[in-house]
Amino acid sequence: MIWFGAILLLLVAISGFAVVCTRDVTSQVIALSFYGLLMALTFFFFQAPDVALSQITVGAVALPLMVMLAISRMKFRKAHMPDSSSGEEHD
Amino acid sequence: MTERLRARIFFVAGFIFLALYFCAALNLPPWGDYRGPYGDFISRMVVYQRHATDAVNAINYDYRGFDTLGEEFILFTAVLGVMMLLRRRADTATREANKIKETRKLSISVQVVNFPVFFVTVVFGFYIGLHGQLTPGGGFQAGVILASALLLVYICENTEAFQRITSHRAVEVSEALGAASYALIGLAALCLGVPFLTNILPLGTTGDVFSGGNIALISACVGVEVTAAFLLVIYSYLEEIVTGEVPEE
Repeated sequence: MIWFGAILLLLVAISGFAVVCTRDVTSQVIALSFYGLLMALTFFFFQAPDVALSQITVGAVALPLMVMLAISRMKFRKAHMPDSSSGEEHD
Repeated sequence: MTERLRARIFFVAGFIFLALYFCAALNLPPWGDYRGPYGDFISRMVVYQRHATDAVNAINYDYRGFDTLGEEFILFTAVLGVMMLLRRRADTATREANKIKETRKLSISVQVVNFPVFFVTVVFGFYIGLHGQLTPGGGFQAGVILASALLLVYICENTEAFQRITSHRAVEVSEALGAASYALIGLAALCLGVPFLTNILPLGTTGDVFSGGNIALISACVGVEVTAAFLLVIYSYLEEIVTGEVPEE
């Protein structure tokens, strides 16, 4: 059983690295959501089902959704306000 | 500083860090070792003292209920901040930007799958919320699950349907009421002459849904508050994107 925990921790490390390495923001959000799901599994394995439940919903649903909405808002701004380039340069 | 010197300093620092890291890793306590006397004490006493089988929620909503009250108001303030930042007064001059047109609904298969999933999620959310004192779960988890159930409506219908549900004043009122009733439950204890947030309700039989006294009630209040909070945040984000009006500068 201890090996399962070790593999989970390794997967969390790999997927965390993958989130950082993804350059495209939209796919980064999907990677973040997958990372949240893996974190939830890890919490569940280490006997914290309460935390796992909130991690599933917050980490895999709510947080990616909010980041996605914020990104689409920023793209919207960029597309319709080409002259407001002073001061904000998001990428 | 030359490139060479910088690399050298990095390797020295990295080596020291690695050595210390391995030292720390070798002296870790064994697997499953627990040295907190407080946790052991609670897990022995919780069923006897509070008639609740989930020690985590007994701590969250009873033993350390005051901390959770603070946390709940952190969420409340955060949502308030988001809504204040994204608010739009009726008399603000706006100009039409490209409105996102959403007339087409998704394919029927998505709707057919979503319909039962929506009901299962709602039932699961209520189950998690009402059994917080017995099984893992509780108010916060239930609130987030219920809010994501309404997100399923957004996925299978369109933004208008989601806005019809969440733009209602009732969501704002229930968020405020959920946050306030937690504090009021605590104040009710003061009226009876016992310390703030003392468990004053009858404890009931261990294992019943109506057991644990205050724990179940506070959990329900937190559930209402969290559901409304998440819906309000997502609604104000969506409104910002979908209405397609930008303030004139």
